[in-house]
Amino acid sequence: MKRSPIVPLMLLLTLLLAACGGAPAAQPPAATDAPPAAETTAPTDAPPATEPTATPAPVVEMTLNVFAAASLTDAFKALAPGFEAAHPGVTVVYNFAGSQQLATQLGEGAPADVFASANRKQMDAAIASARVTGGSEQTFVRNQLVVITPGNNPADITTLQDLTKPGLKLILADKAVPVGQYALDFLAKASALPEYTETYSSTVLSNVVSYENNVRVVLTKVSLGEGDAGIVYTTDAALESDKLKLIAIPEEINTIATYPIAPVADSAAPELAQAFVDYVLSPEGQQMLAQYGFIPVTSSN
Amino acid sequence: MEYTTTSLRTAIRRPWRPRAIPHLGLLLVSLPMLAFLLLPILAMITRVDPAALMANITSPEVGQAIGLSITTTACSTALGLVLGTPLAYLLARRHFRGRSLLDTLVELPMVLPPSVAGIALLIAFGRRGMVGTWLNEAGVTLAFTTMAVVLAQTFVSAPFYIKTAVAGFAGVDREIEQAAEIDGASPHQVFAWITLPLAWPVLLGGLVMSWARALGEFGATIIFAGNFPGRTQTMPLAIYLGFEVDLDLALTMALILLAVSFFVLWLVKAILRQRVDAPSSS
Repeated sequence: MKRSPIVPLMLLLTLLLAACGGAPAAQPPAATDAPPAAETTAPTDAPPATEPTATPAPVVEMTLNVFAAASLTDAFKALAPGFEAAHPGVTVVYNFAGSQQLATQLGEGAPADVFASANRKQMDAAIASARVTGGSEQTFVRNQLVVITPGNNPADITTLQDLTKPGLKLILADKAVPVGQYALDFLAKASALPEYTETYSSTVLSNVVSYENNVRVVLTKVSLGEGDAGIVYTTDAALESDKLKLIAIPEEINTIATYPIAPVADSAAPELAQAFVDYVLSPEGQQMLAQYGFIPVTSSN
Repeated sequence: MEYTTTSLRTAIRRPWRPRAIPHLGLLLVSLPMLAFLLLPILAMITRVDPAALMANITSPEVGQAIGLSITTTACSTALGLVLGTPLAYLLARRHFRGRSLLDTLVELPMVLPPSVAGIALLIAFGRRGMVGTWLNEAGVTLAFTTMAVVLAQTFVSAPFYIKTAVAGFAGVDREIEQAAEIDGASPHQVFAWITLPLAWPVLLGGLVMSWARALGEFGATIIFAGNFPGRTQTMPLAIYLGFEVDLDLALTMALILLAVSFFVLWLVKAILRQRVDAPSSS
């Protein structure tokens, strides 16, 4: 006689429910559990979930969500321990992606505390969607572009003019990505110069095989040897320098990328968000960014 | 064909009897899932601005992406059919050592995250990949081409067809095939005139599943084939990137994809019903 599978099914279901019920506990505490950072100023807009305690502030576990441009990945990760040491109980959680993707996520209401963009445009998008208060943003770092090829340089590219070689596989970031727009600016500037001729930009662009959605994908695909060349930030190229050959872009046609940073207006921990921005702009933060090849800013704009 | 062998066919053939309130209790417990599945789609439809829809529907980006999606999914589904059918038949009809292992291996791409599939394809067929290096020397480059899109889609979608086809072949009664053999049919004839026609409705169902999976393919494509409008930018890629730039454009394409998918699924179901119903009326 066949037994009904209902008993094993119920067992399986119990197991699955137990597993999926346990999952959220493993995640870092959500923003809603996070009480306001500073106990001195009573927040008016966000009443604390728990009764305010009179005892001196114990170490409160909380997370700071930082949305940062993909090109900042390594430098920002290196910044986190210093900030966390200065703010006990705080865990910095990063969301690295193309700035345009982060601006979209912010526009759709993603919970965040700090936004660091690789260009002005995407910061403006965040301001337009009211997630960042206009005027609260500050330029914290600058960057430059460089042309990269795989280490063995299969297409034998040694000058910027070589980017016009027919059949070349060039990988760029999409124009929606800051570095993609900066690359187009560089090509346009070059086209205006006699040594590159005015068809330079269109000829180079005819060699593009893929428009990636963040700068790190360009870096990976070129260092894997799938592309003959790509355009990335000097800071990205420095990370894979052993696998790449670099072709410098002269100062007069290079684009200086400026990175703005701002606390998110509706952050659950505004003081902490501002503290992170201040830390990035502090001598210590600037020195760390410089170590990763970024051009520090001495004074904010 | 008077023979009904698979449970699928009998299930479809059973006439539906209307009742006063059919399965009210069952209907009630089914509602939460139904609502959950339909709500996001409804939300998307209501969010679309009709004016923007009309403006975007004629834009070249949309046309290119649709055209590319249709041609590449047609190719990948055809590849799955041609190369997957023998494999499915082998798995269904031959019992050999390691059959179960092979069966599991074929299922692997179904459970792999598409991003893993993309990296695997790049490592295998990329310019410096295991096979790619060799192909490159022969003058064939796959990465960043439309062919790469087809390969990515085939990799993730063919197993859906193969798995279904195995069940389809297994469902065909051996006795019918043996009867044909006794009457002097060659193995090829048996396959072409007995096995294939009997298994066909199930194979078709599997093809539709694999086509649908190919149409939605995103992760493997963007990693292995990259993103270039008109060459490798299929609908899902255009929608994903459009979401970051122009939500209206992304929504327009999402709606088109939705409409096309619904129409194809519905059409195939209608064909299937007809094919299955036809013999019973004879």
